[in-house]
Amino acid sequence: MSVKLVGITKIFGDQENIQKKVLAVDDVSFEVKEGEMVTLLGPSGCGKTTTLRIIAGFETPTKGEVWISGKMINNLPPNKRDTSMVFQSYAIFPHLSVAQNIGFGLELKGWKPKDIEKEVRKIMEIMEFPELYHRRPEQLSGGQQQRVALARSIINKPSVLLFDEPLSNLDAKLRVQMRIEIRRIQKTFGITSIYVTHDQEEAMTVSDRIVVMDKGEIMQMATPFEIYSHPANTFVADFIGRVNFIPGKIIEVKDKWLVIRFGNGQKEIENKFGQFKKDDKVMIVIRPESLDMSSPEEDQSYAIQGKIDKSVYLGATIEYEITVKGMNRKINAVIYNPIEKGFFKEGDLVNIDFNPIAVHVLPENGETVS
Amino acid sequence: MESYRGWFKRSKREIAQISKDPVLAFFILLIFAALFLFILYPLIKVIVLSVFSKGQLSLGILGDVASNWYFRQGFYNSILMGILTAVIGTGIGFLFALTLAKTNVPLKSFFHLIAIIPIVSPPFIGAMAIIMLFGNNGFITSTLLGIHNFKIYGFRGLLLAQVITFFPVAYITVRGVLESINPTLEDAAFDLGGSRWNVFKKVTLPLAIPGIASAILVLFVETLADFGNPLILAGSKFPILSVQAYLQITGMYDLPRGAALAFILLVPSVSVYFLQKYWVARKKYVTITGKPTISSHKVISPTVKWILFSSCVLVTAVILLIYITILWGAFANVWGYDNSLTLKHFNYVFGVGFKAVTDTLIIAATSTPIAGILGMIIAFLVVRKIFPGRQNMEFVSMLSFAVPGTVIGIGYILAFNQPPLAFTGTLLILLLNFIFRYIPVGIQSGVAILRQVDPSIEEAAIDLGADSQTTFKRITLPLMVPAFFSGLIYSFVRAMTAISAAIFLVSANWNLMTVQIMSQVESGRLGAASAFSVILVGIILVVIMMIRMILTTFYGKFGGTMLKI
Repeated sequence: MSVKLVGITKIFGDQENIQKKVLAVDDVSFEVKEGEMVTLLGPSGCGKTTTLRIIAGFETPTKGEVWISGKMINNLPPNKRDTSMVFQSYAIFPHLSVAQNIGFGLELKGWKPKDIEKEVRKIMEIMEFPELYHRRPEQLSGGQQQRVALARSIINKPSVLLFDEPLSNLDAKLRVQMRIEIRRIQKTFGITSIYVTHDQEEAMTVSDRIVVMDKGEIMQMATPFEIYSHPANTFVADFIGRVNFIPGKIIEVKDKWLVIRFGNGQKEIENKFGQFKKDDKVMIVIRPESLDMSSPEEDQSYAIQGKIDKSVYLGATIEYEITVKGMNRKINAVIYNPIEKGFFKEGDLVNIDFNPIAVHVLPENGETVS
Repeated sequence: MESYRGWFKRSKREIAQISKDPVLAFFILLIFAALFLFILYPLIKVIVLSVFSKGQLSLGILGDVASNWYFRQGFYNSILMGILTAVIGTGIGFLFALTLAKTNVPLKSFFHLIAIIPIVSPPFIGAMAIIMLFGNNGFITSTLLGIHNFKIYGFRGLLLAQVITFFPVAYITVRGVLESINPTLEDAAFDLGGSRWNVFKKVTLPLAIPGIASAILVLFVETLADFGNPLILAGSKFPILSVQAYLQITGMYDLPRGAALAFILLVPSVSVYFLQKYWVARKKYVTITGKPTISSHKVISPTVKWILFSSCVLVTAVILLIYITILWGAFANVWGYDNSLTLKHFNYVFGVGFKAVTDTLIIAATSTPIAGILGMIIAFLVVRKIFPGRQNMEFVSMLSFAVPGTVIGIGYILAFNQPPLAFTGTLLILLLNFIFRYIPVGIQSGVAILRQVDPSIEEAAIDLGADSQTTFKRITLPLMVPAFFSGLIYSFVRAMTAISAAIFLVSANWNLMTVQIMSQVESGRLGAASAFSVILVGIILVVIMMIRMILTTFYGKFGGTMLKI
């Protein structure tokens, strides 16, 4: 059961009055393959929830088409769509018991009470919370409510499961636990799923592919690995994980390699997208954990030389803020296993280096590369 | 403001959307038609009759009324009575609220019960008891003190009756606001070094001001509109507008003049009501955290606490005196002359007067559930559905709150006296009047509850395959049960105790207990009037207890506490 969005656009507010108009989703197209779990990721107001609600049928797109399993379903009301949503607030019916909540969809389909009970017990068994069968909603913890909401959706065997920030109301530890749980259940049932979140770590854990959105537009759609290691533009690079942007200039292009000058050093970096030419201004994208640091006394080769501004010891890691002469931005470095790698003090001069395969080059103006 | 074209386009889009659900669209149209016909149309009739004469726009009748000394006096008196009752009633209500919300004095639930009784009894009981205590044959004036021509009719007596009748409304409003003040705010003020008086003056009182203002305005509107107390107590030397309008119509058969007086009554009531609703009520500082807040008892010093307690005891004693008087009056042979006990008044009520009891019960029992369900449907539509005129729907249904009963009564006889809408004298006109006058409370509590229900709960049901009717029936309505029952109780109490509009609409075939009581008072048969009143209040209390029991049975202990009353 695949999902396909074609040119989905949603304008909220007054059609006449331009000032009141809000372009929530802007020409969004993507496809989710059968059994795949795709996450819509972006900051609040990026249009991810609106896109999800358009798929569920709660919003009507201003333009564009929604296809599920090869059928265009724009005109189908939400109750006729074979989608099921897990809401941010869980939306457990407060006047029904846990069993009644989970069996609600089957009851609407006209199942016999005996069959409903059997099916509800079965799903609660698979999801490992059979003891909650007789509970009332007000007796459930946040994580339990989450499970009930998920079971209530899955029991109907929908073609597509939609998750609207399902973990945002849970505490940090439970969130980590539940996202693994959600992924396990999704894989067990093999349901095509679309998941909305603003938490990039959550997106990395649960998804086969991630759609990064900003201001209603798709910034990049790729696997978690691609998104992290080869962000398509500075927005994606900045939004996913922590990142250093080092401005540079291409001084030479040698077939597959670019020679880039930056700060007080220069380096040869692979020309992955082949679109740069000599004298282009670029941004080098380096994750803080990809930087190596050494003291100038022991090592003469370096990409950049700087001075430690601040160091924060976090146990497993140590984080440095480094000022580099001729660069406005400070560089962040994260060193794992500091006990082995040694410590630097604030004020120390350091040589910074990195492996060319760990970095990524983007046009300076933030344009998307592909 | 949006442009006319913009409005038109938006409406067109909304109509297109709503027409996808024909059942819903039909319901909306039906409700609009009913609201227009049974709320707006009678008002339009009143206004038209007062500003048109012989088919032309003219201020003749209004001018005529305005130039009449007696009517002008009636207007001044009504306004004066409204202001004084509002201020004094809110003062007493505030004392009660402060004592019950902010101190730990004993007898709190007893005080609350006593303050609630005037709300669930006919509004003219105060006036009746005052005559029985202070009138020509009054128990206090005549029997105890031997004064035989004490003047209780007029300003003094009426003010006393109005304050007793309406202070409970102020008490409930102000108490709600005081209890919603987060006690940590007061704690913070103490923590910053404030003395008790300073904390009260700088934190508690300012936060309660919107509630107090709102109570004053509501009391003003209610007193202005009140009909029962002035009819009994005002007397001819202290004319009151609502009574004058009634007398013009029933005594002089002068419909245009009656309508003009009603119109004059309508303007200040409606303007003050909407001032309260859209301006003062918005300024309330309500902080909803979802956590129950325990009211702080630290603001009131022990001395002040006992002063407050004593004043509550005093007010409670006055109210008790009134109800004991009525109860005694119902059993006394001839009130004031022969106070020996008898059952003859009850025999009268259960004999000759019994048709009024059954009529009242039939009317209340029929109109109440209809008003309750209609209120929930309107609340649901207004909060959850998008359609053109949505705000107008809420506005119009709230309008019957603001319009004095006298005006509605006159409007109904003007609007429904000829075919195809010839309802005067029928059961239908009484039912319609009660249904459309008492839906606002159901709507208000329904709207309040629905705004707290996360819309995604309903979306979840739709998402699981329910259509909009199933969702309303299975999800929304059960969640609105508490609101439904408070609306139900309110409508029932009002239907049982209404007089101002109903007095125009009763007939030989369909009569009401309240109207019976009134005519007994007018003909000096205070014993029968008291017996009627006792039975009336008894029925109301029994029904409230029954509804509570039903709720407790079906919704557990939680259900019983869902009701405010």
